[in-house]
Amino acid sequence: MATPLVVSEVFKSFTMHLRDGLTLPVVANASFSVASGECVVLGGPSGVGKSSILKMLYGNYSVDAGQILIKHKDKVVDAASADPRMVLDIRRHTLGYVSQFLRTVPRVAALDVVAEPLVSRGEDSIEARRKAGQLLEALNLPKPLWQLPPATFSGGEQQRVNIARGFITDHAVLLLDEPTASLDAMNRAVVIEMIREKKKAGVALLGIFHDEEVRDAVADRIIDVSHFSPRRAAA
Amino acid sequence: MIPDVSQDNGLATYNFAYLDEQTKRMIRRAILKAIAIPGYQVPFASREMPMPYGWGTGGVQVTAAILGPDDVLKVIDQGADDTTNAVSIRAFFQKVANVAVTTRTVDATIIQTRHRIPEEKLSAGQVLVYQVPIPEPLRFLEPRETETRKMHALEEYGLMHVKLYEDIARNGHIATTYAYPVKVHRRYVMDPSPTPKFDNPKMHMSPALQLFGAGREKRIYAVPPFTDVVSLDFEDHPFAIQHFDKPCALCGADHVYLDEVILDDKGGRMFVCSDTDYCEDRRAHGHAGEMLAKEAAE
Amino acid sequence: MTDAPLLRVHNVSKFYGSRIGCRDVSFDLWPGEVLAVVGESGSGKSTLLNCLSTRLLPTTGSIEYHMRDGKYRDLYRMSEAERRFLMRTDWGFVHQNPADGLRMTVSAGANVGERLMAVGGRHYGNIRSTATDWLGRVEIGADRIDDQPRAFSGGMRQRLQIARNLVTGPRLVFMDEPTGGLDVSVQARLLDLVRNLVNDLGLSAIIVTHDLAVARLLSHRMMVMKDGLVIEQGLTDRVLDDPRQPYTQLLVSSILQV
Repeated sequence: MATPLVVSEVFKSFTMHLRDGLTLPVVANASFSVASGECVVLGGPSGVGKSSILKMLYGNYSVDAGQILIKHKDKVVDAASADPRMVLDIRRHTLGYVSQFLRTVPRVAALDVVAEPLVSRGEDSIEARRKAGQLLEALNLPKPLWQLPPATFSGGEQQRVNIARGFITDHAVLLLDEPTASLDAMNRAVVIEMIREKKKAGVALLGIFHDEEVRDAVADRIIDVSHFSPRRAAA
Repeated sequence: MIPDVSQDNGLATYNFAYLDEQTKRMIRRAILKAIAIPGYQVPFASREMPMPYGWGTGGVQVTAAILGPDDVLKVIDQGADDTTNAVSIRAFFQKVANVAVTTRTVDATIIQTRHRIPEEKLSAGQVLVYQVPIPEPLRFLEPRETETRKMHALEEYGLMHVKLYEDIARNGHIATTYAYPVKVHRRYVMDPSPTPKFDNPKMHMSPALQLFGAGREKRIYAVPPFTDVVSLDFEDHPFAIQHFDKPCALCGADHVYLDEVILDDKGGRMFVCSDTDYCEDRRAHGHAGEMLAKEAAE
Repeated sequence: MTDAPLLRVHNVSKFYGSRIGCRDVSFDLWPGEVLAVVGESGSGKSTLLNCLSTRLLPTTGSIEYHMRDGKYRDLYRMSEAERRFLMRTDWGFVHQNPADGLRMTVSAGANVGERLMAVGGRHYGNIRSTATDWLGRVEIGADRIDDQPRAFSGGMRQRLQIARNLVTGPRLVFMDEPTGGLDVSVQARLLDLVRNLVNDLGLSAIIVTHDLAVARLLSHRMMVMKDGLVIEQGLTDRVLDDPRQPYTQLLVSSILQV
């Protein structure tokens, strides 16, 4: 089976210059991989560095040492050392991300927020909107909301827009940061089904799920992130 | 016809044509440069003249610099030889240069003008001197001299069409009727001074030398004989000159530029040639317009 | 990914006497990329922008532009005529104060049409219909085409300035604090508009701003300047989410949360 994501000996710490240069190690020697069609869940108590790992993978956080190897356009690219342009290209074509919170853009309608990842790849905007509508419908977002900017939506509604945006592409790797946190049971079930479909399609998924029900339903494997905790490494 | 103001008071022999010789040389150098670069505004050290700015100080300096004792001078203002400005400038040169003067276009070697080009076709050897208030055609849209100079240097003339665009947007047609911008020798855009656009075609390939003097703005520019002068326009709004409904009321001339003359306070008016010499000449040759015919009948 | 940068900036410095405007700035700008330059007043970001946009001769360094014919030309080795031609065809410059970038005494239509006329547009009807189209794209009604920008609100003026710059289909646009001095609601509209235009037209842009939210929304990549030096640069998300320099951390932590 193909392995589109390999994380190898990754270290991360923060230096807080506003606190007299206090150094805060968050991840040490993280190594794991995710295969196609597999859903791997990052486990462990909060504050152990799960979100930090996802953010490093997606490029929001820099990496102190180590490699993040992503199979991008038939080549293996080290996202940890890639330049901004490469990171953006990886995001556009290979790596999807559903964050905990939606970063809203003023005045852009929910439907267009969802369609944007396709449009930015140059796909036809009418077709992209049609796909976006299908996803929002599956996620039970009331149709009157589609044409409104999501800034004023409830947490659950925003989350569903966010999920639809993350799932609309056929990215080979998908990162999920608590996608079901503010959803009701019915919509959780929808998301579980969507994850299963992604797995069937051969997508490598890496996620954080605090909700045990969802986790048990989708996880093929759980990685205990506390193994990568610097405190443990130091001990 | 012309009152004799010439007097041998010694002024003309003491210092011919008012300006000192060094000043005239300086102006002549500017004129030569202007002729060498058609349409280009040459800066010159404009002198104080015994008349206010706006009365033709630039034109007077150019005329003074090119005038010789054998020249025959004609001065017109709005086409007329007998208006204040024309009369006083003509008198000035009679006094300071003691030159021959005339009102007849064909007899003149130098014609100083404000606002008109004579109807009579000019011939080789004649010089037309224009009085120019604001020489910079780009000025009204671009107030910075540094920038307009650069635009001329780099031939960036899009702005000129912005002005014409504004005309059409506001009036449905190009409403600029005087100081209508032209391109000289396919290079420099030039303001032909406040002559009506009616006269623009006369500048094109004229056998006469055309000199422009702006006293306050200290610029001289020129159109040498037989030079290409094209009025700017749009493809879908081509340049066109004014047309008048009726011929001149006095001489019956067609295809000439007419002035409106108010006859009474009951709305009576007539349109007559703005070029007085041309009108008189035609009448002397027996042409009669509507008004003249009416008078004759009464 | 296109394989050639649009702009290659190498060791650009500008000194005002012994005072530093900006120093040793190097970067490549790629087609379709939006770069935000952030920093406080006096950090050198405007000096840098002016050096890049041929408005200010740098003391040292080179800036090469990828011309449409595929060749790289050093901006400051071109003739002034070529530079100015570039500025009004292949480039745009959006000023913070729209009055600096607009002709306030000619109509909106002529403001947009000027660049077309500057490159030889001589058909009134075509110029006007292109201008109408562009006014529409920046959300200015066709009925305002003959109004002067003096009669426009600040936001409308700024949108007009953008239309005026984009009408010739430039590949590179410089923006100096494009949302400065506008109400937040007007800002949001303008940002959205700029974002869409940049995406639709595949423009490259260099945006100077002190507003990190503007940088986040519009840019792919950002540079943080302080005392004339670029102290941190990278992917916009990363610089904002994981700032490494003390000054950048201070900047990011100083954003007001609503």
